[in-house]
Amino acid sequence: MIPATFDYIRPASLDEACHVLRDAGDSGDDVKVLAGGQSLLPLLRLRLAYPSALVDLGRLPGLRGVEDRGDHVFIGALTTHDEVLRSPVVREHVPLVAMATATVADPAVRHRGTFGGSLAHADPAGDLPAVALALDCVFIARSAEGEREIPAAEFFTDYLETALRPGEVLIGVRAPKLGADWGFHYEKFTRTAQAWAIVGVAAAVRSEGGDIAEARIGLTNMGPTPLRAQVAEEALRGLGVAHGNGGGPAPGSAPGSAPDGARDPVRDACGQAAEGASPPSDLHARPDYRAHLARVLTYRAVRAASA
Amino acid sequence: MPRITVTVDGITYEEEVEPRLLLVHLLRDRLGKTGTPVGCDTGNCGACTVMLDGKSVKSCSVLAAQADECDVVTIEGLGRAGELHPMQQAFHAEHALQCGYCTPGMIMAAIDLLRDTPDPSDEAIREGLEGNLCRCTGYSNIVRAVRRGAREMSGETPAPATGGEVRTS
Repeated sequence: MIPATFDYIRPASLDEACHVLRDAGDSGDDVKVLAGGQSLLPLLRLRLAYPSALVDLGRLPGLRGVEDRGDHVFIGALTTHDEVLRSPVVREHVPLVAMATATVADPAVRHRGTFGGSLAHADPAGDLPAVALALDCVFIARSAEGEREIPAAEFFTDYLETALRPGEVLIGVRAPKLGADWGFHYEKFTRTAQAWAIVGVAAAVRSEGGDIAEARIGLTNMGPTPLRAQVAEEALRGLGVAHGNGGGPAPGSAPGSAPDGARDPVRDACGQAAEGASPPSDLHARPDYRAHLARVLTYRAVRAASA
Repeated sequence: MPRITVTVDGITYEEEVEPRLLLVHLLRDRLGKTGTPVGCDTGNCGACTVMLDGKSVKSCSVLAAQADECDVVTIEGLGRAGELHPMQQAFHAEHALQCGYCTPGMIMAAIDLLRDTPDPSDEAIREGLEGNLCRCTGYSNIVRAVRRGAREMSGETPAPATGGEVRTS
């Protein structure tokens, strides 16, 4: 379908963009920020959104690229998924970002879609929000008043809603480097190759002498926002990773059962991955099936991340 | 109304465009480049794939205004002087089309894949084409055609036009 009419504004600088957005906010206009457009343009075409204007930031200098900044990696908001994937800094220091980004849509979409755009869009079925949560990333927002830091845990507020205020632009994300004792995995369940996650699990696990010292688990599409599986994270703390077999029995086996009949405490802990979640119901899955997927995929992700 | 300058298949155009005009509609309705079809109109099917500054994009998910000062190559800009591009030739030789609707996008995506992976495995081809759907489900022949096209583009034959070049007419 052809989108409804809107005005198109292409500011020449970030400052100009902030002022345009603030003025629009003051006058109550429904303006939308356009980055790569890979989520927004389909919404406009389906006429699910009717903004009065698009503010195209796509060509603003300085918001694109990956920087190694010592204890963290800074990823500019306009860095495309393709550029994230090609970044040796991302692959070396924040591999979980690379793992999840590789599963985003398809190559053509990854050429246009941006890291910051998909986070600011805040679709709970998107892969990167759960990763940002699991890594405790820090979001940097800019407005006409200055810069503000927003922890990932406070960024996602509701379905397609973030803590960004009217007039604020996400300019980049700080992803903390975790040490060599951390392992990572992103596990995604989809019906077809390029589809959105029915459920996804981002796992970061710190191992210490064969035990799980700390586990951080971000859940994709298990509620109106991405979530941390806090109950499972607590239950995993201190468990030996050597127990049970690496691959685990086929999904659907009784929780906690290992092929030899012994209980696997890691599987038991991952069985609590859906605690506190309120997964959606749609044509792909009912909530109870999503909860089942969260448990199974969390086990796989934790096993892979602690291998 | 935004005024844009865009090069399509080697020819530079200056156009006034309505902000909501999609790149695919600029190509088809304004410039007559009907070789690029509109498929699903939801960003899923990839039939409308073109090269934008040398990288594959779905032209139904790009505003014409976003293509300002960019270089676009469509399926119509691949061959030169009545001669098919080797990838087009390979699709013909391997019978990699049934209804043909997905073919322009498949060929553009295949050429894009070869930028990084000049000698792709079957698995790499399937992954590289994951954003392109063939509802005739003729994927096996498409994979064969991409393999053949890759061989023929690998330098054994005289260097033909690739997606990164444009025709100068």
